[in-house]
Amino acid sequence: MTLHRLTIHEAHDLLRRREISSVGLTESVLAKMEQCDPEVRAFITTTPQIALEQARRADKLIAAGDIGPLTGIPVAIKDNICAKGVLTTCGSRILENFVPPYDATVVERLRKEGVVQVGKANMDEFAMGSSTEYSAFFPSHNPWDASRVPGGSSGGAAAAVLANETLFALGSDTGGSVRQPAGLCGVVGMKPTYGRVSRYGLIAFASSLDQIGPITKDVTDCALVMNAIAFHDPLDSTSANEPTPDYTSFLEESLAGVVVGVPMEYFAAGLDQGVEERVRDAIQKLADLGAEVRDVSLPHERYVVATYFLTSWAEASANLARYDGLKYGFFAPDARNIREAQSKARGRGFGREVKRRIMLGTYALSSGYYDAYYLKAQKVRTLVKEDLDRAFESGVDVVVGPTSPIVAFGIGEKVDDPLEMYLADLYTIPANLAGLPCISVPCGFHEGLPVGLQVMGRPFAEGMVLRVAYAYEQSTDFHLQRPPISL
Amino acid sequence: MKISRAEVEHIADLARLELSEGEITQLETDLSQILEYVEQLNELDTTDVLPTAHVVVKGDVLREDESRPSLPSEDILSNAPRTQDGFFRVHAIFRKGER
Repeated sequence: MTLHRLTIHEAHDLLRRREISSVGLTESVLAKMEQCDPEVRAFITTTPQIALEQARRADKLIAAGDIGPLTGIPVAIKDNICAKGVLTTCGSRILENFVPPYDATVVERLRKEGVVQVGKANMDEFAMGSSTEYSAFFPSHNPWDASRVPGGSSGGAAAAVLANETLFALGSDTGGSVRQPAGLCGVVGMKPTYGRVSRYGLIAFASSLDQIGPITKDVTDCALVMNAIAFHDPLDSTSANEPTPDYTSFLEESLAGVVVGVPMEYFAAGLDQGVEERVRDAIQKLADLGAEVRDVSLPHERYVVATYFLTSWAEASANLARYDGLKYGFFAPDARNIREAQSKARGRGFGREVKRRIMLGTYALSSGYYDAYYLKAQKVRTLVKEDLDRAFESGVDVVVGPTSPIVAFGIGEKVDDPLEMYLADLYTIPANLAGLPCISVPCGFHEGLPVGLQVMGRPFAEGMVLRVAYAYEQSTDFHLQRPPISL
Repeated sequence: MKISRAEVEHIADLARLELSEGEITQLETDLSQILEYVEQLNELDTTDVLPTAHVVVKGDVLREDESRPSLPSEDILSNAPRTQDGFFRVHAIFRKGER
């Protein structure tokens, strides 16, 4: 049985022709999960019973001729996206028993499309991290090399897709948390335009930056998932009321007429030479496919990490104030009053990294420091966004570069040096600060580990981003390469 | 920016975080180091720059002011550590005789 190796579009064709059943496909995926998850550890919770029940229901729908692109297709959902009745921990002790009484809008939609939920994927606690090492439960492992991280914070989701423990996954991306693990695992990950996908039911980290996005085996699958999850949701006041195109209509193999911008600031100190070579090869390939390649300048690039720190931590400290040990989550039985009840629940329920960020955010918002830190960061955010606006106004359709300056690092290598780990997000952060759509596609290997090419577009130009990613992907075979454990 | 132990304790109190001795010492170092890093933003003159309020501005979103069903209260209470008579049970907030 090798059905777990299929992409969404391949499985859909076989399901539609009744050559396979969703139950057969799901059993193959669950068998793969059982075999390799003890090593990969991509999941906090697996839901084989729910999956098989949904697969049987999908097979009935298909038998009745009612099949959509995702009907009967297995999905893994990052553990910060609420699924009704299924444990949703956000990778944290403070939510270790939390069972949401409702579905996130995206989950509800996927259920309507007839997907098969195989489990909740591991992540850094509250999505704060770049390696899954800050999960309160255990780190996930990169299927290419189990001694290395899969990236983060959606590292479990990316590892599960790469290991064929699911056909696709939903992650969330606040500063690169979909794209960076996709890059480090060698799969496709997209952060849509801010507001393109509903955040209702996504456990909030930094509300002005968070977006849910797909992690898939190829670009076609990414477009198919975007077709399902991009729509206006009245339950999210930041959800965009924009028409949703058919994203698969943008997938074509020529890039004639497309202008690709390459920021000179991306190729600077800190970028691994092997990664740079793969990315430069990829940019040459875009030119070979007909794109016009131009240099662009993003003069405020060196400030993006600091801007992101202040923005995300301040917003996180406010968002995480809701965890008071009273309404849900951790409870301290020895507390003598309400203040102690809150402080003890939070002190014990949150992990080290989350506490560090709450402290920094609280400091940056505290009396006398707001203007110097949070407001300053929002002003620099404007400058970062204007750099990108200028690039797009000059006629550039997409801005490309590396997804990460380094390949997957060793588990334990950076965990005690938070600043060094944070700095690895410098290429992914601008898309969040400016709210732009952005994808990571595999562009080769360095020292046996995947390198990701990042493609960023104008607001709501997911179609153009997908077009460039697709044309590139179709001219290479990097997306077809899989580690032995996944076969 | 050097953060003192007293400042760490003050911020922890504002954030309602009970910290161990070891955590306080570690946070003194971490906060000082990270705040020093973010102070590079002060290299930029932002006097005439408007702060970003919303990245993809599309105007206000309004809906009809109509009542809609909410989640049942038993569902909402199902995750609470302590409940009583259909409410969250918490510690007393006022002392006896206090108004």
